[in-house]
Amino acid sequence: MTTPGMVLHFSVEGGDFAAAGEAASKIKKALRKIGIDAGVIRRVAIAAYEAEMNIVLHARRGRLVLEVAEDKLQVIAEDEGPGIPDVNQAMQEGFSTASDLAREMGFGAGMGLPNMKKCSDTITIESVKDRGTKVVMGFDHR
Amino acid sequence: MNLKKVLEKTEARMITGNEETARECRGFYVSDLLSDVMGHAGEGEVWLTIQTHSNVVAVALLLNLAAVLFTAGAVPDSATIEKARAEGVVLLSTSLPTFEAAGRLYRALTEEE
Repeated sequence: MTTPGMVLHFSVEGGDFAAAGEAASKIKKALRKIGIDAGVIRRVAIAAYEAEMNIVLHARRGRLVLEVAEDKLQVIAEDEGPGIPDVNQAMQEGFSTASDLAREMGFGAGMGLPNMKKCSDTITIESVKDRGTKVVMGFDHR
Repeated sequence: MNLKKVLEKTEARMITGNEETARECRGFYVSDLLSDVMGHAGEGEVWLTIQTHSNVVAVALLLNLAAVLFTAGAVPDSATIEKARAEGVVLLSTSLPTFEAAGRLYRALTEEE
């Protein structure tokens, strides 16, 4: 990606269900303000929300970073947490390690990562057991 | 169909957004799994669910939904209502079971066509 023209950071706390979704919401507002295409904003908002929820559901803490360049933008989700032992398994629709409480709230459908993949143009996932996970999602917006 | 008709058909009441009865809804989505809603509900639709926690508001906001219709008498807590009010998200509630509420709305939609 070319040098980003705008970089925004949002911290996300693990287990904080009340604030969950706020980082994605701020990303959506920032993109609307600079006139990004509505369809692209929708894809980014969904992907960022799922990434944020994964941090809330699974990690101790983390952050979302939005980088906007002229023709591309990136959402990076980085966390300190348990890591994903088997990324391929986690990418399968229906697979989830969410808690019973989270499932009662309607999370843990095993659709988060598949939604992120569907909504982004590129996605890479790096994960280290007991350390954390980094997801980089790219979106073309021209 | 506008929200006024949604209220009539489902005998629902408005919890937030009293001034939004003329708002058009482009369709409906029924699910209690948030990621399913994120992946499949469309902009301007009304979401039928029994989930009432505040993250429902976050989902409705991110997807630009027309409203959330809580079914089977589900009522959100004050934190959810406050968040919805602050963000301009319309919340409705009906005592009808989800199947009946969805059925009435489906029938109303087909009658409109």
